[in-house]
Amino acid sequence: MKTESKLQQILDNGQFGVTAEIGPPKHSSSEGMRHHAHMLKEHVDATNITDNQTAIVRLSSIAAGVHILDSGIEPIVQMTCRDRNRIAMQSDLMGAYSLGMRNVLCLSGDHQQFGNHPTSKNVYDVDSMQLIQLLRRMRDEKKFFSGEEIKEHEPRFFIGAVANPFADPFEYRVARLEKKVEAGAEFIQTQCIFDMERFERFMEMVRARGIDERVHILAGVTPLKGWRAAKYIQNNVSGMIVPEELVQRLKSAEDPKKEGVNICVEQIKYIKENIKGVHGVHIMAIAWEEVVPEIVERCGLYPRPKIN
Amino acid sequence: MIIAQQKPVKDIAAMISDCNKVLFVGCAGCVTVCLAGGEKETEILASSLRIMRKLEHKPIETVTFTATRQCDPEYIVALDNMVQEVDAIVSLACGVGVQYLAERFKDKWVVPALDTKFIGGATEHGVWEEKCGLCGDCVLHLTGGICPIIRCSKSILNGPCGGSQYGKCEISKDVDCAWQLIYDRMTALGKLDKLMEIQPPKDWTKSRDGGPRRAVREDVMIG
Repeated sequence: MKTESKLQQILDNGQFGVTAEIGPPKHSSSEGMRHHAHMLKEHVDATNITDNQTAIVRLSSIAAGVHILDSGIEPIVQMTCRDRNRIAMQSDLMGAYSLGMRNVLCLSGDHQQFGNHPTSKNVYDVDSMQLIQLLRRMRDEKKFFSGEEIKEHEPRFFIGAVANPFADPFEYRVARLEKKVEAGAEFIQTQCIFDMERFERFMEMVRARGIDERVHILAGVTPLKGWRAAKYIQNNVSGMIVPEELVQRLKSAEDPKKEGVNICVEQIKYIKENIKGVHGVHIMAIAWEEVVPEIVERCGLYPRPKIN
Repeated sequence: MIIAQQKPVKDIAAMISDCNKVLFVGCAGCVTVCLAGGEKETEILASSLRIMRKLEHKPIETVTFTATRQCDPEYIVALDNMVQEVDAIVSLACGVGVQYLAERFKDKWVVPALDTKFIGGATEHGVWEEKCGLCGDCVLHLTGGICPIIRCSKSILNGPCGGSQYGKCEISKDVDCAWQLIYDRMTALGKLDKLMEIQPPKDWTKSRDGGPRRAVREDVMIG
């Protein structure tokens, strides 16, 4: 189904998509986000806006979407299942659509114990799989999740989901990705890839099941600022794998930041040229948004296609 | 105690439709008291399924046993020999018992015969009501011995909400407003002033929101 999403047009045209990520602030000013958006707008097709990531209270992803849109980038609103039940989700989705948002990314969300309100309740009334179905039902069947008819102006989002090739059980990750496609996901963004060999094995299984022909897969990458960041992820972040050689390469680099960018550029080029079934790249430059234009340019992905 | 109720027999039958010999395991704990999964219910369920399958011309052989408690490894060891011959095990315990059986008998298809409903007690013969929300951080000393976590439909800690009328909850005329009960009891006890303290948000990590819970008593651990 065609939506008004520009990202969808680019991906459906068979062009290699580029998305990035902007994290809303822990305060009520839009200034920083607008600054980042202006910095990124010529170099990406859309940017994700995280939804209280790592369970830390931040400015609303939908409200942030208004600022991003106003700054000239198409937002991808992230929606987690942690904080809202199905009533709030549908309400917020209609609200987001009314404000011009056209892409949604469905995620479970990090457990609140990682955030700044660890004693809070979690919701998980619907899970990420069901949230995809909820979005499809609203759009394709013109119905609320309960089955009640939406008489007019149903929200028509381009629907995204995530996949983590680095979580376990490894083989089942591919099956679960297929399940998300069955549920109705139209684009997939992966967890940050550092272990390229494992990602290649993941994509082999994806292609064997023909999943890459049914959904647009964007490979997630993250430029690292130094070996400490790499080591931290390696040791402390569940569901991520950082090979030791990558840590060592950053450790022995004269200019670690520059090396981090070099690695990221190499990864994107490698994925684009060697791994079939990948339709784009999702650059998660955490607190390092300014480096994205350089990465995009060095990968030969600039200028971005113009969509009217 | 844990209150459970038996699933419809046709649902249980569907879970074991491809099995020829099935072990039915009752539990002499909570589910015996709430008349859902004791020895009597286990025998009745097994014979119901035998009759049902006979009528379908697919006879089934049943074995029955009632464990002292299914939530205790020492009482399910007795099943080790019985499970050899069967294709499936139907547990008439609460969800805990089903999982203990599944964990012990790894190569067996273990299915639940009951829906585990809540923890509570009988209010009259044949009627059970939910009384505790298992929040892990009891507040009954603040609320006159009436649990707002589970007996208030909104788990409000500083109630009642605006939907309380004539002593009933807004969700149904059959549901008492827990906060009306709390108010009445605190009034009778002369402790209404206690309700003027604003109760802070609960620490839900002590409930299920903090992940699966575990209780440890090092002083009674062996070895």
